[in-house]
Amino acid sequence: MTRNVSITLQNNDDARLIIEAIAEDNPEAVVNQYPAMVKIDCPGKLIVKQETVEEKLGRDWDVQEIHLSVISLAGNVDEEDDYFELSWGA
Amino acid sequence: MAVNKKKRMGIKERYSLLTRGLGWDTTYQPEEKVYPYDKYEGIIIHDWDEWEDPFRLTMDAYWKFQAEKERKLYAVIDSFAQNNGHLGITDARYINAIKIFLTGVSPLEYAAARGFTHVGRHFGGVGARVACQMQAIDELRHVQTQLHSMSHYNKYFDGLHNRGHMHDRVWYLSVPKSFFDDAMTAGPFEFLTAISFSFEYVLTNLLFVPFMSGAAFNGDMATVTFGFSAQSDEARHMTLGLGVIKFMLEQDERNVPIVQHWIDKWFWRGYRFLSLVAMMMDYMLPKRIMSWKEAWEIYFEDAGTSLFEDLGRYGIKLPKFHDIPAKEKDRLSHEVWSIFYNYTHAAAFHTWVPNEDEMQWLDSKYPDTFNKYYRPRYDHWQAEKDAGNRFYNQTLPMLCQTCQIPMGFTEPDDPTTICFRSSEHNGETYHFCSDGCKNIFDHEPEKYVQAWLPVHQIYQGNCGGASVEDVLEWYKLNKSVDNMDYDGSPDQKLWEQWQADRAKAAS
Repeated sequence: MTRNVSITLQNNDDARLIIEAIAEDNPEAVVNQYPAMVKIDCPGKLIVKQETVEEKLGRDWDVQEIHLSVISLAGNVDEEDDYFELSWGA
Repeated sequence: MAVNKKKRMGIKERYSLLTRGLGWDTTYQPEEKVYPYDKYEGIIIHDWDEWEDPFRLTMDAYWKFQAEKERKLYAVIDSFAQNNGHLGITDARYINAIKIFLTGVSPLEYAAARGFTHVGRHFGGVGARVACQMQAIDELRHVQTQLHSMSHYNKYFDGLHNRGHMHDRVWYLSVPKSFFDDAMTAGPFEFLTAISFSFEYVLTNLLFVPFMSGAAFNGDMATVTFGFSAQSDEARHMTLGLGVIKFMLEQDERNVPIVQHWIDKWFWRGYRFLSLVAMMMDYMLPKRIMSWKEAWEIYFEDAGTSLFEDLGRYGIKLPKFHDIPAKEKDRLSHEVWSIFYNYTHAAAFHTWVPNEDEMQWLDSKYPDTFNKYYRPRYDHWQAEKDAGNRFYNQTLPMLCQTCQIPMGFTEPDDPTTICFRSSEHNGETYHFCSDGCKNIFDHEPEKYVQAWLPVHQIYQGNCGGASVEDVLEWYKLNKSVDNMDYDGSPDQKLWEQWQADRAKAAS
């Protein structure tokens, strides 16, 4: 069974578009709404792509800006210039 | 813009220059004298350069993002105060959760700042030192922003006036205080395993995520904002926690049993401390978002199992006693609330019997236990109170030598029998609430025999005197104001006055 990775973001203007981008780039992602926050679970791995977020925001977006919106995460982190990825496994 | 991006230094290169590039080899003193603490725990490190910080956050980016977080947070704090945010909460009972947070949790943020400053100084590897330095600054920010946010409530509500003094003295606050003191008095690798991994990675989600979402649900914008602002740093801390564990495990296989023991110990220590949060979630949020049991299932049973499966390749197993919380999850919050209901006359917050709607919610979340064990107890206490006999327990409880919680927890397989364990050491008997706490003591008795147990200290005459009044004075609690039942408290009177004023203004 593939274990879920997970990211929790604040439910605010910036993060809403990041959430949209995640949902688009990770078809298996399940978006759970809670008061003031959104928890996204996805089997195995989850990617946040700079390109998709920039397209949605209509401006340049530094991947490290995700620090402003993230509340929690589960999974091994891989952060690069153009993506942010969570995964389980080697 | 794309051209500019190419010219910029890549994230990996920047990270390398701004962390590793800051280190140097000592010349006029040997390394082992400069870093005297990073060997004696038995952890073997062959190459500190293999330390990976997956976030690759550099100091310049750190200041930029932290400043942005602060601007956002202070905008909320200002608007909360300017708009009389305290009038918008669901019910004044909720503030009692904030009182516990201010006196029990915020001081731990400060303790964490001290702890990370200390261990950041004592690691031989520069990557670890920079990560600890950033975290120390984060923790200082957390305590400051929390005090600032909650200070607004101190203008109106009781019990928020002296958190530092209370944290050092009040009986139930010895639970969080001793938890952190225990971690800070361990070696640097154990500290990181305790705080960064077991607490931040495995357990703090339960404190900050569902509870803060609950704060939002109850109209407390100030708390939810500092909570999420702090938690945005926490995501980085969690990653450090996982990073340090993997680093130790990859460096040498002889590290595996040492790390496993620390994980076993600190999982249990953290879980026992979080029983306070279980109570806050199930009893102190007038509008509830999820039960302790549900949160445990999401954040430990689901997320934690994935994590430990991932660590299985290093030979790491789920923490010893991880199955006990699963047995306790149907009763934990009820048992803790009952302890506080017994001793509210000596606490800096109020308790109450849940109302009928709340009991129905509790029954719906705990169908196997609530109506069977706890509703009859609350009905009895309510009947006593209605007859003018609000029950306050006048006998001081036996405390667990390890977690320092009154021994009110029940046997894992029998929710009707109190769980008692004991060990002999140098001719003295020590008492424990659980196999988990006994196991920790048995491994390091010389450490835990020194525990400052509030009840023992009161009986030894070290806490202001022999009567409850004397002790409350020593705690600097205002008698009949900060303590006792919510019903009849000044907080309640004030809140009801505000509601009456509002109704009058609307009519």
